[in-house]
Amino acid sequence: MLYRLILVLATVAAVVLLAGPAAAAGPRRIVSLSPTATESLFAIGAGKQVVAVDDQSDYPKRAPKTTLSGFTPNVEAIAAYRPDLVVVQYDSGGVVESLRKLDIRVLVQPSAKNLAVAYAQIKQLGAITGHKKAAAALVIRMKHAIAKAVKSTPRKPRTVYHELSPDYYTATSKTFIGGIYKLFGLRNVADAADSSGSGGYPQLSAEYILSSNPGLIVLADTRCCGQSVASVSSRAGWSNIAAVRTHSVVAVDDSVASRWGPRVVQFVQTIAKVLRRR
Amino acid sequence: MRLAGAAVFLAAALLTGVLVGPVDLGALNVVHATFAHVFGLHSPLSGADDAILWQLRLPRVVLGAFVGGTLAAAGAAYQGVFRNPLADPYLLGAAAGAGLGATLVAAYAPGSGLAGDLLPISAFAGAAVAVLAAYVLGRSAGAAAGPAALILAGVTIAAFFTALQIFVQQQHVDTVQAVYSWLLGRLSTAGWREVGIIAPYAIASWLILLGHRRLLDVLAVGDDEAAALGVNVARVRLLVVVAATIATAAAVAVSGLIAFVGIIVPHTIRLLFGGSYRMLMPLSIIVGAGFLVFADVIARTIMSPAELPIGVVTAFFGAPFFAVVLRTGRRYA
Repeated sequence: MLYRLILVLATVAAVVLLAGPAAAAGPRRIVSLSPTATESLFAIGAGKQVVAVDDQSDYPKRAPKTTLSGFTPNVEAIAAYRPDLVVVQYDSGGVVESLRKLDIRVLVQPSAKNLAVAYAQIKQLGAITGHKKAAAALVIRMKHAIAKAVKSTPRKPRTVYHELSPDYYTATSKTFIGGIYKLFGLRNVADAADSSGSGGYPQLSAEYILSSNPGLIVLADTRCCGQSVASVSSRAGWSNIAAVRTHSVVAVDDSVASRWGPRVVQFVQTIAKVLRRR
Repeated sequence: MRLAGAAVFLAAALLTGVLVGPVDLGALNVVHATFAHVFGLHSPLSGADDAILWQLRLPRVVLGAFVGGTLAAAGAAYQGVFRNPLADPYLLGAAAGAGLGATLVAAYAPGSGLAGDLLPISAFAGAAVAVLAAYVLGRSAGAAAGPAALILAGVTIAAFFTALQIFVQQQHVDTVQAVYSWLLGRLSTAGWREVGIIAPYAIASWLILLGHRRLLDVLAVGDDEAAALGVNVARVRLLVVVAATIATAAAVAVSGLIAFVGIIVPHTIRLLFGGSYRMLMPLSIIVGAGFLVFADVIARTIMSPAELPIGVVTAFFGAPFFAVVLRTGRRYA
């Protein structure tokens, strides 16, 4: 009898000891509808808790990509994964309210305006998913790597044109990606076109790009629109631009350049590498 | 007299278009360099400025003139053959078809993208297929149904193609920005290549439409009456629609969907100078060309160095102007 009681108590204790911390470690069925959050979740070691990611979450490759859409989210389809945490980038179609009605926890992580916000979001994901230490360590690694890359470049006054589409949509210094160029002390040609209406993403005229003669051109329209160093060099009139003449046209992965997750380090290192040349 | 006035308007537009831009090249230099290029002489401008003028600004002005003239002429033609003042070049589904064509390229051939050779071809094919489908559907309703059946068929096809386009776009969220910018119309990436694409279609269609001016006037009295006067109504309608549609498809292929030109230019001319196609057709071509060139000057300078989508300019400045003409005009035909 006593033996049996001890056995029961021991079992209960074991369950509490083993399952307890895991339960306290937060959500076990995460659905991420934000490609950036997906990258961050896997980078901080919360990947095993992720059961589904949206159709745009293409990194890392092992992420459980589904047909869920963060752009036009379907609450039923999300709920079918029985999530205990849903991370979204924006509240599209009232999805946040609908999910909360189903008692599903929702975390909204909108586009970061600068690195500080990006770091805060990674730390927030760490705190909620039970990977606080890993998240903090990741942020420190990112900060070090970015500082090191920036320091490795010569401080020369140069201008940059960041291309988002072949019809010359670009990003000003007010945007996240523009903030990265500011770290390098680059002058952004888009800033002259900055207006409150463009939201930091104006469309430049080709004439202006040619006359502002950027020393660095970064193509973030390689995947969407098939642009390349060769295609830019062959554009009418572009062969005169300093960046083309000095081979300072860089083709980057669109999604790396448009997200604010851990891979921003790669982007910074790519830019640093080009700036170190010559 | 009217033609001379319209020609002066177009000349002023072309001159403004070439002289004004986000980059100040100097009026004398621009004229000098343009002549230098035309006659193979040495350009006074530096390499970069010369490229701006010859590779960017001039083709853009020329393209704007071709697109504007084509859309206005097509609009006037459609309004005539359908006896419907609301008809515009996109009435029979050309816009929806071209939009679907462009979206398909953006979604399934991202390698070529919105800058490649595939987009104009696909948009052109989409527009042609949509209008052809509308025509076949409209004709199946029988000749007795008249132009109304054709318009309804166009609306049906347009709705269906638009639904397909939005579906494809939703499946490929990453293409939204590119497709949206295309839908608003653009001359911002214009080059001589685009001019070469549209020029033969535009000129051929202008000639056909100009040749049918008198028949369009006859059609205005009604199908039966026109037939009684010895006009083969169905044949005239088909020929005019084909000419207007092919030119519209070519315009859409190189510049996206530029709204409003096909409506306000012909109507403004009607209100100011009367509705006879004898004058309306040539005036539409000339004034439409000048109007779009002026609109593009505004699009690329008002927010300089940023661009404003040209479709926004044509509607924003065109609509109030048309409202004034509508209030003061008395000669509506």
